[in-house]
Amino acid sequence: MAAQRKTLEASAWEILEQIPDPEIPVLSIVDLGIVRSVEVDGAKVTVGVAPTYSGCPATEVIEDSVVKSLQSGGIDRVSVRRVLSPPWTSDWISDRGREKLREYGIAPPEKGAARGKMLGDTIIAERIVACPRCGTENTRKVSEFGSTACKASYKCNECLEPFEYFKCI
Amino acid sequence: MTKEQALITYATRMGDNAIVMAQRLSEWVGHGPELEEEMAMANFALDYVGQARMFFSYAGELDGKGQSEDDICFLRDGWDYGNVLLLEQPNGDFGEAIARLVLFETFYSLQLEGLVSSPARKLAEIAACAIKESTYHIRHAGHWLIRLGDGTDESHRRVQHAIDRLWTYTGELFEADQVDQIMQAKWEGPDLTVLREQWHRQIDALLSKATLQKPADGWMDSGGKQGHHSEHLGYILAEMQSLQRTYPGANW
Repeated sequence: MAAQRKTLEASAWEILEQIPDPEIPVLSIVDLGIVRSVEVDGAKVTVGVAPTYSGCPATEVIEDSVVKSLQSGGIDRVSVRRVLSPPWTSDWISDRGREKLREYGIAPPEKGAARGKMLGDTIIAERIVACPRCGTENTRKVSEFGSTACKASYKCNECLEPFEYFKCI
Repeated sequence: MTKEQALITYATRMGDNAIVMAQRLSEWVGHGPELEEEMAMANFALDYVGQARMFFSYAGELDGKGQSEDDICFLRDGWDYGNVLLLEQPNGDFGEAIARLVLFETFYSLQLEGLVSSPARKLAEIAACAIKESTYHIRHAGHWLIRLGDGTDESHRRVQHAIDRLWTYTGELFEADQVDQIMQAKWEGPDLTVLREQWHRQIDALLSKATLQKPADGWMDSGGKQGHHSEHLGYILAEMQSLQRTYPGANW
Protein backbone atom coordinates (compact mmCIF):
# COMPACT_ATOMS: atom_id res chain seq x y z
CA MET A 1 0.00 0.00 0.00
CA ALA A 2 2.79 2.39 0.94
CA ALA A 3 4.63 1.52 -2.26
CA GLN A 4 1.53 2.15 -4.32
CA ARG A 5 0.98 5.53 -2.73
CA LYS A 6 4.57 6.43 -3.45
CA THR A 7 4.14 5.44 -7.07
CA LEU A 8 1.03 7.55 -7.48
CA GLU A 9 2.80 10.52 -5.93
CA ALA A 10 5.87 10.04 -8.11
CA SER A 11 3.85 9.75 -11.29
CA ALA A 12 1.86 12.85 -10.35
CA TRP A 13 5.12 14.80 -9.99
CA GLU A 14 6.33 13.45 -13.32
CA ILE A 15 3.20 14.75 -15.03
CA LEU A 16 3.37 18.09 -13.21
CA GLU A 17 6.95 18.59 -14.40
CA GLN A 18 5.67 18.49 -17.97
CA ILE A 19 3.02 21.21 -17.52
CA PRO A 20 4.23 24.48 -19.05
CA ASP A 21 3.58 27.86 -17.48
CA PRO A 22 1.05 29.44 -19.88
CA GLU A 23 2.88 32.77 -20.01
CA ILE A 24 6.46 31.43 -20.13
CA PRO A 25 6.05 28.00 -21.72
CA VAL A 26 9.76 27.23 -21.49
CA LEU A 27 9.28 26.85 -17.73
CA SER A 28 7.28 24.06 -16.18
CA ILE A 29 5.09 24.92 -13.23
CA VAL A 30 7.47 22.84 -11.09
CA ASP A 31 10.48 24.88 -12.30
CA LEU A 32 8.53 28.03 -11.48
CA GLY A 33 8.21 26.80 -7.90
CA ILE A 34 4.47 27.08 -7.58
CA VAL A 35 3.70 23.39 -7.03
CA ARG A 36 3.99 23.12 -3.29
CA SER A 37 2.70 19.66 -2.48
CA VAL A 38 1.22 16.47 -3.83
CA GLU A 39 -0.90 14.66 -1.27
CA VAL A 40 -2.17 11.17 -1.92
CA ASP A 41 -5.16 9.80 -0.09
CA GLY A 42 -6.11 6.40 -1.50
CA ALA A 43 -6.75 7.08 -5.18
CA LYS A 44 -7.28 10.78 -4.61
CA VAL A 45 -4.54 13.30 -5.35
CA THR A 46 -4.53 16.88 -4.04
CA VAL A 47 -2.04 19.31 -5.54
CA GLY A 48 -1.10 22.43 -3.59
CA VAL A 49 -0.45 25.37 -5.93
CA ALA A 50 0.78 28.81 -4.89
CA PRO A 51 -0.26 31.88 -6.92
CA THR A 52 2.57 34.08 -8.18
CA TYR A 53 1.13 37.60 -8.45
CA SER A 54 -2.26 38.16 -6.76
CA GLY A 55 -3.88 39.12 -10.02
CA CYS A 56 -1.99 36.77 -12.32
CA PRO A 57 -4.52 35.80 -14.99
CA ALA A 58 -2.70 32.49 -15.47
CA THR A 59 -3.58 31.17 -12.01
CA GLU A 60 -6.89 29.63 -13.02
CA VAL A 61 -5.50 28.35 -16.33
CA ILE A 62 -2.73 26.59 -14.41
CA GLU A 63 -5.13 25.03 -11.92
CA ASP A 64 -7.25 23.83 -14.80
CA SER A 65 -4.29 22.32 -16.63
CA VAL A 66 -3.14 20.53 -13.46
CA VAL A 67 -6.48 18.76 -13.22
CA LYS A 68 -6.70 17.96 -16.94
CA SER A 69 -3.10 16.76 -17.27
CA LEU A 70 -3.28 14.48 -14.25
CA GLN A 71 -6.58 13.07 -15.45
CA SER A 72 -5.28 12.35 -18.91
CA GLY A 73 -2.29 10.71 -17.19
CA GLY A 74 -4.67 8.25 -15.60
CA ILE A 75 -5.17 9.91 -12.21
CA ASP A 76 -8.90 10.42 -12.08
CA ARG A 77 -9.57 11.95 -8.70
CA VAL A 78 -7.68 15.22 -8.64
CA SER A 79 -8.23 18.43 -6.76
CA VAL A 80 -6.19 21.61 -6.49
CA ARG A 81 -5.69 23.49 -3.27
CA ARG A 82 -4.51 27.09 -3.40
CA VAL A 83 -1.62 27.64 -1.00
CA LEU A 84 -0.84 31.20 0.09
CA SER A 85 1.79 30.50 2.70
CA PRO A 86 4.71 30.80 2.47
CA PRO A 87 4.09 33.30 -0.34
CA TRP A 88 5.69 32.65 -3.69
CA THR A 89 8.66 34.87 -4.53
CA SER A 90 11.04 34.67 -7.48
CA ASP A 91 13.42 32.78 -5.14
CA TRP A 92 11.17 29.74 -5.61
CA ILE A 93 12.27 29.36 -9.24
CA SER A 94 14.60 26.37 -9.48
CA ASP A 95 18.19 26.61 -10.74
CA ARG A 96 17.17 24.53 -13.73
CA GLY A 97 14.32 26.99 -14.31
CA ARG A 98 16.73 29.94 -14.20
CA GLU A 99 18.97 28.28 -16.78
CA LYS A 100 15.98 27.60 -19.03
CA LEU A 101 14.91 31.24 -18.77
CA ARG A 102 18.38 32.45 -19.74
CA GLU A 103 18.55 30.11 -22.73
CA TYR A 104 15.13 31.32 -23.80
CA GLY A 105 16.35 34.95 -23.76
CA ILE A 106 14.76 36.08 -20.51
CA ALA A 107 17.16 37.31 -17.84
CA PRO A 108 16.40 35.31 -14.69
CA PRO A 109 15.80 37.05 -11.35
CA GLU A 110 18.71 37.12 -8.93
CA LYS A 111 18.38 34.80 -5.98
CA GLY A 112 17.88 36.05 -2.46
CA ALA A 113 17.25 39.64 -3.47
CA ALA A 114 13.49 39.36 -3.23
CA ARG A 115 13.53 40.03 0.48
CA GLY A 116 15.15 43.44 0.25
CA LYS A 117 12.85 46.30 1.08
CA MET A 118 13.04 49.43 -0.96
CA LEU A 119 11.64 52.24 1.09
CA GLY A 120 12.97 55.63 2.10
CA ASP A 121 16.59 56.05 1.23
CA THR A 122 17.00 52.97 -0.91
CA ILE A 123 14.16 53.92 -3.24
CA ILE A 124 16.62 54.97 -5.92
CA ALA A 125 18.47 51.63 -5.94
CA GLU A 126 18.49 49.90 -9.31
CA ARG A 127 19.33 46.30 -9.94
CA ILE A 128 22.12 45.18 -12.22
CA VAL A 129 20.68 42.84 -14.81
CA ALA A 130 22.96 40.85 -17.12
CA CYS A 131 22.06 40.43 -20.78
CA PRO A 132 20.87 36.84 -21.32
CA ARG A 133 22.51 36.79 -24.77
CA CYS A 134 25.98 38.29 -24.40
CA GLY A 135 26.27 38.27 -20.61
CA THR A 136 27.35 41.90 -20.17
CA GLU A 137 26.05 43.88 -17.22
CA ASN A 138 26.02 46.99 -19.36
CA THR A 139 22.25 47.06 -19.82
CA ARG A 140 19.48 49.53 -19.22
CA LYS A 141 15.90 49.30 -18.08
CA VAL A 142 13.38 50.39 -20.67
CA SER A 143 10.33 49.79 -18.53
CA GLU A 144 9.71 48.08 -15.23
CA PHE A 145 6.58 46.64 -16.78
CA GLY A 146 6.45 44.33 -19.75
CA SER A 147 4.33 41.83 -21.62
CA THR A 148 3.24 40.06 -18.43
CA ALA A 149 3.00 41.05 -14.77
CA CYS A 150 6.19 39.14 -13.93
CA LYS A 151 8.52 40.69 -16.53
CA ALA A 152 10.30 44.00 -17.11
CA SER A 153 11.72 45.29 -20.42
CA TYR A 154 15.47 45.85 -20.79
CA LYS A 155 17.93 46.63 -23.53
CA CYS A 156 21.55 45.54 -23.83
CA ASN A 157 23.93 48.45 -24.45
CA GLU A 158 26.55 46.17 -26.05
CA CYS A 159 24.79 43.65 -28.27
CA LEU A 160 21.91 46.16 -28.58
CA GLU A 161 19.26 43.45 -28.26
CA PRO A 162 16.12 44.18 -26.29
CA PHE A 163 15.31 41.50 -23.74
CA GLU A 164 12.94 40.69 -20.94
CA TYR A 165 13.86 40.34 -17.31
CA PHE A 166 11.92 38.11 -14.96
CA LYS A 167 11.37 40.51 -12.09
CA CYS A 168 12.70 39.80 -8.68
CA ILE A 169 9.92 40.01 -6.12
CA MET B 1 -19.97 43.88 17.60
CA THR B 2 -18.33 40.47 17.98
CA LYS B 3 -14.73 39.97 17.02
CA GLU B 4 -15.85 37.71 14.16
CA GLN B 5 -18.09 40.45 12.76
CA ALA B 6 -15.28 42.97 13.05
CA LEU B 7 -12.97 40.65 11.10
CA ILE B 8 -15.50 40.20 8.31
CA THR B 9 -16.03 43.97 8.03
CA TYR B 10 -12.29 44.60 8.13
CA ALA B 11 -11.55 42.06 5.38
CA THR B 12 -14.38 43.48 3.27
CA ARG B 13 -13.06 47.02 3.70
CA MET B 14 -9.63 45.90 2.56
CA GLY B 15 -11.25 44.34 -0.50
CA ASP B 16 -13.21 47.56 -1.08
CA ASN B 17 -10.04 49.63 -0.97
CA ALA B 18 -8.34 47.28 -3.39
CA ILE B 19 -11.19 47.10 -5.91
CA VAL B 20 -11.86 50.85 -5.95
CA MET B 21 -8.15 51.56 -6.43
CA ALA B 22 -8.12 48.98 -9.23
CA GLN B 23 -10.98 50.76 -10.99
CA ARG B 24 -9.30 54.14 -10.80
CA LEU B 25 -5.97 52.75 -12.01
CA SER B 26 -7.55 50.88 -14.89
CA GLU B 27 -9.11 54.14 -16.11
CA TRP B 28 -5.57 55.10 -17.13
CA VAL B 29 -5.49 52.48 -19.86
CA GLY B 30 -5.62 54.40 -23.11
CA HIS B 31 -4.90 57.70 -21.34
CA GLY B 32 -1.40 57.31 -19.89
CA PRO B 33 1.32 59.83 -20.75
CA GLU B 34 3.35 57.01 -22.30
CA LEU B 35 2.85 53.34 -23.06
CA GLU B 36 5.12 52.12 -20.28
CA GLU B 37 3.15 54.04 -17.68
CA GLU B 38 -0.11 52.65 -18.96
CA MET B 39 1.33 49.19 -18.51
CA ALA B 40 2.45 50.09 -15.02
CA MET B 41 -1.01 51.36 -14.07
CA ALA B 42 -2.67 48.30 -15.63
CA ASN B 43 -0.24 46.01 -13.80
CA PHE B 44 -0.98 47.69 -10.50
CA ALA B 45 -4.71 47.48 -11.20
CA LEU B 46 -4.34 43.77 -11.85
CA ASP B 47 -2.52 43.26 -8.56
CA TYR B 48 -5.30 45.09 -6.76
CA VAL B 49 -8.03 43.08 -8.46
CA GLY B 50 -6.26 39.90 -7.34
CA GLN B 51 -5.96 41.19 -3.80
CA ALA B 52 -9.60 42.28 -3.74
CA ARG B 53 -10.64 38.79 -4.86
CA MET B 54 -8.72 37.21 -1.99
CA PHE B 55 -10.14 39.62 0.60
CA PHE B 56 -13.71 39.21 -0.68
CA SER B 57 -13.48 35.42 -0.86
CA TYR B 58 -12.15 35.37 2.67
CA ALA B 59 -14.91 37.67 3.95
CA GLY B 60 -17.48 35.45 2.23
CA GLU B 61 -15.99 32.30 3.78
CA LEU B 62 -16.01 33.83 7.25
CA ASP B 63 -19.55 35.06 6.89
CA GLY B 64 -20.69 31.56 5.98
CA LYS B 65 -23.77 32.70 4.07
CA GLY B 66 -22.49 31.37 0.79
CA GLN B 67 -21.51 34.74 -0.65
CA SER B 68 -18.90 34.53 -3.38
CA GLU B 69 -16.27 37.16 -4.14
CA ASP B 70 -18.47 38.28 -7.07
CA ASP B 71 -21.57 38.62 -4.89
CA ILE B 72 -19.67 40.86 -2.49
CA CYS B 73 -18.14 42.94 -5.26
CA PHE B 74 -21.09 43.32 -7.60
CA LEU B 75 -24.19 43.09 -5.44
CA ARG B 76 -23.55 45.73 -2.80
CA ASP B 77 -24.40 49.40 -3.07
CA GLY B 78 -22.31 52.42 -2.12
CA TRP B 79 -23.38 52.54 1.52
CA ASP B 80 -22.09 48.97 1.96
CA TYR B 81 -18.69 49.87 0.56
CA GLY B 82 -16.10 50.70 3.21
CA ASN B 83 -13.24 52.03 1.08
CA VAL B 84 -11.50 55.21 2.17
CA LEU B 85 -12.48 58.44 0.38
CA LEU B 86 -8.96 58.98 -0.95
CA LEU B 87 -9.33 56.11 -3.39
CA GLU B 88 -12.62 57.08 -4.98
CA GLN B 89 -11.51 60.62 -5.90
CA PRO B 90 -11.37 61.18 -9.67
CA ASN B 91 -8.04 60.55 -11.33
CA GLY B 92 -7.04 64.10 -12.23
CA ASP B 93 -3.69 64.36 -14.00
CA PHE B 94 -0.81 61.90 -13.91
CA GLY B 95 0.75 63.73 -10.98
CA GLU B 96 -2.39 63.18 -8.99
CA ALA B 97 -2.38 59.46 -9.78
CA ILE B 98 1.21 59.25 -8.55
CA ALA B 99 0.46 61.34 -5.45
CA ARG B 100 -2.46 59.09 -4.54
CA LEU B 101 -0.40 55.95 -5.06
CA VAL B 102 2.35 57.27 -2.81
CA LEU B 103 -0.01 58.43 -0.07
CA PHE B 104 -2.09 55.27 -0.05
CA GLU B 105 0.55 52.63 -0.71
CA THR B 106 2.75 53.95 2.08
CA PHE B 107 -0.20 53.45 4.42
CA TYR B 108 -1.24 50.15 2.87
CA SER B 109 2.16 48.49 3.08
CA LEU B 110 2.37 49.42 6.78
CA GLN B 111 -1.15 48.12 7.33
CA LEU B 112 -0.28 44.83 5.60
CA GLU B 113 2.90 44.48 7.64
CA GLY B 114 0.80 44.99 10.74
CA LEU B 115 -1.37 42.05 9.74
CA VAL B 116 1.16 39.37 8.86
CA SER B 117 1.30 38.00 12.39
CA SER B 118 -2.44 38.17 13.04
CA PRO B 119 -4.04 35.01 14.41
CA ALA B 120 -6.61 35.49 11.63
CA ARG B 121 -4.36 33.21 9.63
CA LYS B 122 -5.81 33.54 6.18
CA LEU B 123 -5.87 37.35 6.45
CA ALA B 124 -2.20 37.21 7.51
CA GLU B 125 -1.40 35.03 4.49
CA ILE B 126 -3.16 37.36 2.07
CA ALA B 127 -1.30 40.30 3.63
CA ALA B 128 2.04 38.54 3.14
CA CYS B 129 1.24 38.04 -0.56
CA ALA B 130 0.04 41.62 -1.05
CA ILE B 131 3.10 43.19 0.61
CA LYS B 132 5.37 42.00 -2.20
CA GLU B 133 3.27 43.90 -4.69
CA SER B 134 2.80 46.97 -2.55
CA THR B 135 6.58 47.24 -2.21
CA TYR B 136 7.17 47.65 -5.93
CA HIS B 137 4.14 49.91 -6.36
CA ILE B 138 5.68 52.31 -3.84
CA ARG B 139 9.06 52.06 -5.48
CA HIS B 140 7.64 52.95 -8.87
CA ALA B 141 5.34 55.72 -7.64
CA GLY B 142 8.12 57.07 -5.40
CA HIS B 143 10.48 57.34 -8.38
CA TRP B 144 7.85 59.32 -10.25
CA LEU B 145 7.07 61.59 -7.30
CA ILE B 146 10.74 62.54 -7.12
CA ARG B 147 11.01 62.97 -10.88
CA LEU B 148 7.91 65.18 -11.05
CA GLY B 149 8.60 67.14 -7.85
CA ASP B 150 12.24 67.73 -8.69
CA GLY B 151 11.51 68.14 -12.41
CA THR B 152 10.30 71.16 -14.34
CA ASP B 153 8.46 74.13 -12.85
CA GLU B 154 5.24 72.82 -14.29
CA SER B 155 5.63 69.25 -13.07
CA HIS B 156 6.59 70.53 -9.63
CA ARG B 157 3.61 72.86 -9.46
CA ARG B 158 1.18 70.21 -10.59
CA VAL B 159 2.33 67.42 -8.31
CA GLN B 160 2.47 69.83 -5.36
CA HIS B 161 -1.13 70.78 -6.15
CA ALA B 162 -2.05 67.07 -6.22
CA ILE B 163 -0.49 66.42 -2.80
CA ASP B 164 -2.25 69.51 -1.39
CA ARG B 165 -5.59 68.47 -2.83
CA LEU B 166 -5.44 64.86 -1.65
CA TRP B 167 -4.03 65.64 1.78
CA THR B 168 -7.47 66.23 3.26
CA TYR B 169 -8.32 62.58 2.61
CA THR B 170 -5.31 61.14 4.42
CA GLY B 171 -6.64 61.68 7.96
CA GLU B 172 -9.24 58.98 7.48
CA LEU B 173 -6.55 56.35 6.96
CA PHE B 174 -5.60 56.60 10.63
CA GLU B 175 -9.03 57.12 12.17
CA ALA B 176 -9.73 54.03 14.23
CA ASP B 177 -13.40 53.15 14.51
CA GLN B 178 -14.84 50.18 16.41
CA VAL B 179 -13.81 47.73 13.71
CA ASP B 180 -10.18 48.87 13.78
CA GLN B 181 -10.17 48.84 17.57
CA ILE B 182 -11.45 45.27 17.75
CA MET B 183 -8.97 44.23 15.06
CA GLN B 184 -6.14 45.65 17.12
CA ALA B 185 -7.35 44.26 20.44
CA LYS B 186 -8.52 40.81 19.39
CA TRP B 187 -6.72 40.00 16.14
CA GLU B 188 -3.34 41.65 16.72
CA GLY B 189 -4.09 44.14 13.95
CA PRO B 190 -2.10 47.34 13.44
CA ASP B 191 -2.17 50.19 15.94
CA LEU B 192 -3.23 53.13 13.77
CA THR B 193 -1.58 55.67 16.06
CA VAL B 194 1.81 54.03 15.62
CA LEU B 195 1.15 53.49 11.96
CA ARG B 196 0.41 57.19 11.52
CA GLU B 197 3.82 58.13 12.93
CA GLN B 198 5.59 55.68 10.65
CA TRP B 199 3.61 56.95 7.68
CA HIS B 200 4.54 60.57 8.43
CA ARG B 201 8.22 59.65 8.69
CA GLN B 202 8.22 57.88 5.33
CA ILE B 203 6.15 60.56 3.59
CA ASP B 204 8.38 63.32 5.04
CA ALA B 205 11.48 61.62 3.64
CA LEU B 206 9.95 61.14 0.23
CA LEU B 207 8.47 64.64 -0.04
CA SER B 208 11.74 66.26 0.89
CA LYS B 209 13.58 64.17 -1.69
CA ALA B 210 10.99 65.30 -4.23
CA THR B 211 11.49 68.96 -3.11
CA LEU B 212 7.81 69.14 -2.22
CA GLN B 213 6.16 70.91 0.70
CA LYS B 214 4.23 68.88 3.20
CA PRO B 215 0.75 70.36 3.63
CA ALA B 216 -0.29 71.36 7.13
CA ASP B 217 -2.74 68.99 8.80
CA GLY B 218 -6.04 70.85 8.69
CA TRP B 219 -9.61 69.67 8.50
CA MET B 220 -9.79 66.08 7.32
CA ASP B 221 -12.62 64.52 5.36
CA SER B 222 -13.76 61.07 6.41
CA GLY B 223 -16.67 58.63 6.51
CA GLY B 224 -15.78 56.24 3.70
CA LYS B 225 -15.06 53.33 6.02
CA GLN B 226 -18.56 53.69 7.44
CA GLY B 227 -20.17 53.90 4.00
CA HIS B 228 -20.57 57.70 3.78
CA HIS B 229 -19.07 58.39 0.38
CA SER B 230 -18.56 61.25 -2.01
CA GLU B 231 -20.65 61.21 -5.17
CA HIS B 232 -17.73 59.72 -7.10
CA LEU B 233 -18.09 56.19 -5.75
CA GLY B 234 -21.56 55.86 -7.27
CA TYR B 235 -20.17 56.34 -10.78
CA ILE B 236 -17.44 53.78 -10.20
CA LEU B 237 -19.92 51.19 -8.97
CA ALA B 238 -22.43 51.98 -11.72
CA GLU B 239 -19.81 51.18 -14.32
CA MET B 240 -18.28 48.21 -12.54
CA GLN B 241 -21.60 46.61 -11.64
CA SER B 242 -23.57 47.45 -14.79
CA LEU B 243 -23.39 43.95 -16.20
CA GLN B 244 -24.63 42.21 -13.07
CA ARG B 245 -27.34 44.82 -12.65
CA THR B 246 -28.53 44.46 -16.23
CA TYR B 247 -28.24 40.68 -16.42
CA PRO B 248 -28.37 39.37 -12.84
CA GLY B 249 -26.40 36.16 -12.45
CA ALA B 250 -24.73 36.49 -15.85
CA ASN B 251 -21.77 34.18 -16.18
CA TRP B 252 -19.30 33.25 -18.90
